[in-house]
Amino acid sequence: MYIRATGNISPQKTFGHKPLEELVSYTGNRLACIEPDYKEFIDPKQIRRMSRIIRMAVAAAMECLQEAGLAKPDAIVTGTAYGCLEDTNSFLSKMVEFNEELLTPTAFIQSTHNTIGAQIGLMLQCNNYNNAFVHRGFSFESALLDGMMLLKENDASTVLVGAIDEITNSSHTILNRLGLYKQGPVSNLDIFDTKTKGTIAGEGAAFFLLATEPSATDYAKLDGLHTFYKPAGTAEIEKQVLSFLTKHSVDMNDIDLVITGRTGNAGTDRIYDELAATIFKNKVLLDYKNLCGEYPTAAAFAMWLGANIIKSGTVPAVLNRSDTAGKKIVRILIYNQHQGIHHSLSLLSAC
Amino acid sequence: MSDLKTQIIAQLNLQDTKPEDIGDDQPLFVEGLGLDSIDALELIVLLQQQYKIKLSNAEDGPKVFQTVRTMAEYITAHQAQNA
Amino acid sequence: MNQPVFIAGTGIISAIGNNVAECLDALENGRAGMGEMHHFNSVHKERLPVAEVKLANDELAQLAGLPGIKSRTALLSLVAAKEALQNAGITDLAHLRTGFISATSVGGMDKTEDFFTRFLADNSKGKLRDVVNHECGSVTELVADALGIKDYISTISTACSSSANAVFFGARLIRHDIVDVVVAGGTDSMTRFTLNGFNTLMILDEQFCQPFDENRRGLNLGEGAGYVVLVSEKVAATLKNKPGIILSGYCNANDAYHQTASSPDGIGSYLAMSGALKKAGLQTTDIDYINLHGTGTQNNDIAEGTAIRRLFEDRYPKMSSTKTFTGHTLGASGGIEAVFSVLALQHGIIYPNLRLQTPMVDLPFVPEREFLKNVEVKHVLSNSFGFGGNCSSLIFSKAE
Repeated sequence: MYIRATGNISPQKTFGHKPLEELVSYTGNRLACIEPDYKEFIDPKQIRRMSRIIRMAVAAAMECLQEAGLAKPDAIVTGTAYGCLEDTNSFLSKMVEFNEELLTPTAFIQSTHNTIGAQIGLMLQCNNYNNAFVHRGFSFESALLDGMMLLKENDASTVLVGAIDEITNSSHTILNRLGLYKQGPVSNLDIFDTKTKGTIAGEGAAFFLLATEPSATDYAKLDGLHTFYKPAGTAEIEKQVLSFLTKHSVDMNDIDLVITGRTGNAGTDRIYDELAATIFKNKVLLDYKNLCGEYPTAAAFAMWLGANIIKSGTVPAVLNRSDTAGKKIVRILIYNQHQGIHHSLSLLSAC
Repeated sequence: MSDLKTQIIAQLNLQDTKPEDIGDDQPLFVEGLGLDSIDALELIVLLQQQYKIKLSNAEDGPKVFQTVRTMAEYITAHQAQNA
Repeated sequence: MNQPVFIAGTGIISAIGNNVAECLDALENGRAGMGEMHHFNSVHKERLPVAEVKLANDELAQLAGLPGIKSRTALLSLVAAKEALQNAGITDLAHLRTGFISATSVGGMDKTEDFFTRFLADNSKGKLRDVVNHECGSVTELVADALGIKDYISTISTACSSSANAVFFGARLIRHDIVDVVVAGGTDSMTRFTLNGFNTLMILDEQFCQPFDENRRGLNLGEGAGYVVLVSEKVAATLKNKPGIILSGYCNANDAYHQTASSPDGIGSYLAMSGALKKAGLQTTDIDYINLHGTGTQNNDIAEGTAIRRLFEDRYPKMSSTKTFTGHTLGASGGIEAVFSVLALQHGIIYPNLRLQTPMVDLPFVPEREFLKNVEVKHVLSNSFGFGGNCSSLIFSKAE
């Protein structure tokens, strides 16, 4: 199973297939996507009916398909935890403000979670399989699994899989009230050094074109995916990681790099410290949520990063990892967890 | 009619269109401006919000919303009724 | 990858009954569930009939065994999922890899709506506990945790085809040997958000809906939950009540025509139905009953009807829309209708399409108007077509 192409709109300069050349820093607990000029990708007549999250998704999906040289994938599967917040907010607000009178349909139809995938399907005039997962920290992984199963079933030979989540003013206020984020001035690039409570909010739209057949320009092979829910403790996590590797006939020694999902929240990051002393001992660990922030589908950014590292064979210089210099990265394990509840493992290798 | 055009542009989020770009007799739906059934529903709300006119039968939509002129004529006729 | 997936249990709660037995009784006796809003409040109360589950939240909480103020969506889900598991009678569930795939369109919106009223006035106000389970996935987890399922959990939201997609995603998880048992289906509860959303689309009927009638005016919104318990062949063999029904076919296709309207010739519906038949290795002539999506909107019924005409080419099976009983339960409809499809196979029954006065002139077939018993039902096709052009069809069959 090959990752043939990608498209990523994130708080870093990732759109347009530049390898990560410079890092963008933010102060505060909210990162925002660096967005392209959508008119290059979407007919203005259609843009008017697309909220920001849909534009981000469509542009990232288009970039991915363009790179793959594919007009229509055999399937489109999306994952989003929060869905279309701006439209939901807009319709809800008007509903409350006007006491259920004089409401208009656009915000409502745009608010449904499957609108993202549906808009992509509509734009591509694609009658094929189209599914949408909305399960918190598993949204991306469920979409990925669905795509992988379709390929194994031979019901598809190419699948466009994407994960998208956005921040809106309301959602940020609410999540902030729930105590998720750091308070006071903090730079995203320092979050792993601060050892304080809370993380920083991120958002993004990342798409992948998965294929059964190899091509000359594939990024990486996607060898495996596994998720587990509310593990009892560190011992169980270790067991899950090791049995995942065994299932794919891989030994920890074969792993050149482990991409981990530290969020800068001292409490929930403790697990990574523990694993760094046990199963990940002597492994090179690379974190990414300082770049994209924390959000339920952040693992898609990790996969984008992993795929790019495999493709070039090295960790981007701008990430300043002297411990990876001169070493060709051939196999990556990605381990992410969301709020201690949703844990995922994936395995990438060179083609 | 130029006020109506401004309102249409706002209601339908026609970001790059100016009132001058919409002809009085230009078809609004399918061809011309290329509006669709969701836009028709938006225009029904526009009639209610701005002109207090209720189009209770959605099927009358295509006739009323054919062009800006037909819309304007409908509004004038029904405002007179409501007055 | 092609091993048969059996249906070991069914569970349901809807406007026509709080469990399978009550729903079957209502279906047999033509008792529809629409009426005036009772447990739910809206400015449109006088005008729009809805098909509510006839229990208040505290009664649901008691039935579900989940005390505390939880989203109605979660409560409905738990009641139906529990019934399905009980019905399946799997004694050593703890030793089997079990999954829960639920679908919903509203999630915890019923509580979020209340939160928002205060939050909009002052964003430091509003009870956070009302919004903490807003996400669709959170509702699923409330139920999964209560059921003790944790090996694979996910949520699908593709509007009205959501739970049909959940059912066959669950089946595929079994075929890929990721789990041995899956509780799959969906849930949705009445919310002002949805009611008003549909109202802006002007597709709600102010009377009781009349799907597939020439003079139909729109749909009635409903609420409820429906789940099936899917098991592998290996698990099926261990069960006392040997399951005799399999999910033989499924297909997800996209209309790609418009955000909410179906294409006039129903291309998405056509592809979903024909794809499901192909997956099942069946011909159109093998289908004994179609559970229509049949919402009662001008658009859906002609699109779906046209697709059926093109596909079945004047050999039409019996068909009906059970939404004439339950209303349109949105994210739950695929799951509820999957349960009805399985029951039709188990009991040899065909449900009537209520309130059909004038058959549609453009269609060469008429849905069944009477409840039929002692019918030889071997293969049932169930359609679920939603916004975003998401069209899914499932085929349930008697195992050989």
